[in-house]
Amino acid sequence: MDRLGVTLGLGAGALVVAGLWMGLVQAPPDAVQGEVQRIMYLHVPSILTAYLAFTVVLVSSIGYLVRGTRGWDRLAHASAEVGVVFTAITLFTGAIWGKPTWGVWWTWDARLTGTAVLFMVYLGYLMLRSVVEDQDRAGRYAAVVGILGFFDMIFTHMAVEWFRTLHQPSSLQRGTIDTALKLPLNVNLLAFVVLYAYFLARRLRLAALDEAVEARDLGE
Amino acid sequence: MNFLALAAEILRKDLRIEARSREGLNTLLFFSALLVFLFRFALGPTEAQVRQGAPGLLWFAFILTGLWGMARAFQIERENDCLEALRLVPGDLGGVYLGKVVGGCCVMVATELAIVVMFGLFFHLDLWPAGGRLVPVLILGTVGFVAIGTLFAAITAHLKAREVLLPLLLLPLVIPVLLPASRLTELVLAGESLGAEPHWLRLLLVFDLVFLVLGYLTFPFVMED
Repeated sequence: MDRLGVTLGLGAGALVVAGLWMGLVQAPPDAVQGEVQRIMYLHVPSILTAYLAFTVVLVSSIGYLVRGTRGWDRLAHASAEVGVVFTAITLFTGAIWGKPTWGVWWTWDARLTGTAVLFMVYLGYLMLRSVVEDQDRAGRYAAVVGILGFFDMIFTHMAVEWFRTLHQPSSLQRGTIDTALKLPLNVNLLAFVVLYAYFLARRLRLAALDEAVEARDLGE
Repeated sequence: MNFLALAAEILRKDLRIEARSREGLNTLLFFSALLVFLFRFALGPTEAQVRQGAPGLLWFAFILTGLWGMARAFQIERENDCLEALRLVPGDLGGVYLGKVVGGCCVMVATELAIVVMFGLFFHLDLWPAGGRLVPVLILGTVGFVAIGTLFAAITAHLKAREVLLPLLLLPLVIPVLLPASRLTELVLAGESLGAEPHWLRLLLVFDLVFLVLGYLTFPFVMED
């Protein structure tokens, strides 16, 4: 477990450095937006990683409700926490990108609002966990939020297709991204996914230690 | 006990409690009237503003009264340890869920109709022509809201911080229902037909179904002690 954590940590560090170099130095500036567009290399991978994290929450929440084993619950909790962090990164980088391109830090665009709502759903998830003292109960209640939250996420993601939005549609999905920009983006995406795995491994280990300490204290 | 019979029994019980105490509906109606007056103060005397914001304001009022209605559906079960009894119900707990959802919808739609009528009266909106199309929109929006609301009312009924946690958890999650419902309300009030923007109607129907199915499947885990 620890060795896995160290390997993931080193891998994530190397990939993030490589990804940043490729995105900030090596890749050409965007044809329309110029240098500002480089923030895409953080903004897009972070939301995709958050989606991945919340999908893991969905799967492990179902796993916990069906099986009832602590491992599934710890996985759901850890993944939700990391997902919230990546969603926060998305909102922050989005604001930084919005100021020079749209002229404002924040606007009530469907996708922005949807992402903010998604952030609140999982903050609520973490808050619910923290107020329920009984571990088993907290896990079951949180699992329900984790499952429902996933459908909110799909709604948020589809929002851009359904509403007239200021936010640009996904260039990745439409295939309108140039190869010179796509490679650095992919490297950054890989870096973020490995970073997610690293955070998850650390958080899982912490949760396991936490529970071990608690069990020992109760035993005394 | 068979699933539907159980649901009907729970519904009958809740409606009987309501009919005898009249506590829920009376308070809700009074609260609704208060809200309509508050809107008048918030928006000033110009009716044009109210008219423009009507769909949003209506749903805002529905949410506020709905939250209270949801919480109440499980507060009545807390008295005399009725929750324990519900847990021990013979048969599928999903039946309890269905009964609670239908009961919650009845109370909420009744309140919504009262709010709409008061809104029309006090702000001189001619709602009659839209009425036939407005009612299905209200029902569809309410079903999605109550489907999740019932689930979270059951969760938060056990918790100390339930007054804060219920809206905190429920409101972000029901956005996929509230958004199309208020948009459809806007369309209907503008004299359009329900099918004018079919994707909103589809979206509302899909999320109603998704939330009902998920609620039915997860409710037994919420009730477990």
